[in-house]
Amino acid sequence: MANGNQQSPEAIRVADLHKSFGTHHVLKGVSLTAHEGDVVAIIGGSGSGKSTMLRCINFLETPSSGLISIAGEAVAMHPDGSPSDRKQLERIRQSLGMVFQSFNLWTHRTVLENLIEVPVHVMKCPRDVAIDRARKLLARVGLAEKEDAYPAFMSGGQQQRAAIARALCMEPKAMLFDEPTSALDPELVGEVLQVIKGLADEGRTMILVTHEMKFAREVASHVIYLHNGLIEEQGPPDQLFGAPQSDRLKQFLKSVA
Amino acid sequence: MQANPTPSQTVSAGPAPVQGFWATRRIVLALIAVALVGWSVTSLNWSWLANPKYQALLLQGAWNTTWILVVTMVLGMLLAIPLGLAQAAGPWWLAAPARAFCGLIRGTPLLLQLWLLYYGLGSLFPSIPWIRESDLWPILRQAWPYAVLALTLSVAGYEGEVMRGAFKGVPHGQLEAARAMGMPRFTIFRRIWLPQALQRVLPTLGGETVLTLKATPLVATITVVDIYAVSSRIRQDTFVVYEPLLLLAVVYMAIAGVIVLLFRWLENRVPQRTA
Repeated sequence: MANGNQQSPEAIRVADLHKSFGTHHVLKGVSLTAHEGDVVAIIGGSGSGKSTMLRCINFLETPSSGLISIAGEAVAMHPDGSPSDRKQLERIRQSLGMVFQSFNLWTHRTVLENLIEVPVHVMKCPRDVAIDRARKLLARVGLAEKEDAYPAFMSGGQQQRAAIARALCMEPKAMLFDEPTSALDPELVGEVLQVIKGLADEGRTMILVTHEMKFAREVASHVIYLHNGLIEEQGPPDQLFGAPQSDRLKQFLKSVA
Repeated sequence: MQANPTPSQTVSAGPAPVQGFWATRRIVLALIAVALVGWSVTSLNWSWLANPKYQALLLQGAWNTTWILVVTMVLGMLLAIPLGLAQAAGPWWLAAPARAFCGLIRGTPLLLQLWLLYYGLGSLFPSIPWIRESDLWPILRQAWPYAVLALTLSVAGYEGEVMRGAFKGVPHGQLEAARAMGMPRFTIFRRIWLPQALQRVLPTLGGETVLTLKATPLVATITVVDIYAVSSRIRQDTFVVYEPLLLLAVVYMAIAGVIVLLFRWLENRVPQRTA
């Protein structure tokens, strides 16, 4: 695949992924390879399957068939696509930080407690080490003052930045973003994109499902355009946005411009 | 209405009369309460309260009512959590019996359940030799185990239904975030799902605890000496009809008040935004 960092090791590989909900065939065989440091943006219209594709990577959706491999390790699957090794899946999930459209911070815990929950209670990291790391991350996303706040008392932008910090606090190998700005008021989108841009600039591996075309062009090293469960076109952002080949992509780009 | 209202006028002129009205009303109500208490202290017959035997009985009764309530609420909730979980997320072979149990408990009077257990089990056990010879027999021979069992099952039945709704009401995204971060299933339950379900259910649970308190007098019908049984005993002994009932009302109100305060404190531990 035409990715930028061919020399660096493989981080995430999706091969011939199929997914059906009942009789509805959402993904009809899609593949993707992200090497370390790649930023892959998945774009496409609603119902194109882009969120489903992302959610299959950490098995929030069970694939119908195909292969998911993280850092060279294939996720063990039953023939029906469901994960067959729960322990392995939990370990792999801990290496993938996921950021949701609706933030999903745990409402009964403060921001700091949200950040250290998995490091302390699942990954058995010493509490003071986790708190130290969490505070640094909160400072980085501009929420140093908010560590004792409950999510319900924060704006959407603040919640999403805290959710990004929570994912980073597990020290993941790669980050998955599922339309991270779609639930935000327009004036709050910028602060979240800025944080994501910072992560891309420091060379983090990320897969990003987004509607923000300008942003995708700016941060992505590789863009995938999904249509009706198939990859219609893919390539470097300048090529994809600057000189789209397929009529569908041309039309899509015109409609979101 | 006002021709030229300045801001200060509108603020002070509006609510002041209402506040005055409420203040007056509150004073009047307080005076009536004081008068009632004064009247009942001076003109009613409280002489039996001076009897040390009744004092000891009243203390014992209040203690029995309190511990039976606390123990049955705790045990009942411990049963209600799996009952609710089985109905909200369990496979059918767990959900169906849980639903049947809750339906059975909620569909029949507590008094009937209490008597069925006490007269049913209570007369079945003595006929089984190994039970009569076991170390538990001195306990099983008494009435309170049946009272605790019946109330516990009742709490479990009602709260199991409440917990079912609470578990289902926790937004899916909260659990999905935990799964995405690689939390094992039981950790998700213990650290995310259960605390959030319990937090949602606290206001209901406070009310249910008060209701359970007021169901405890039924245990007097199987010879458990709770505060209600003590007041009945005093009424029979002394032929003072009304005053022991008044005292009983005060005791229940005091316990109910403590329950309300306790649950308010629990609810306020995690600040909620109502907007």
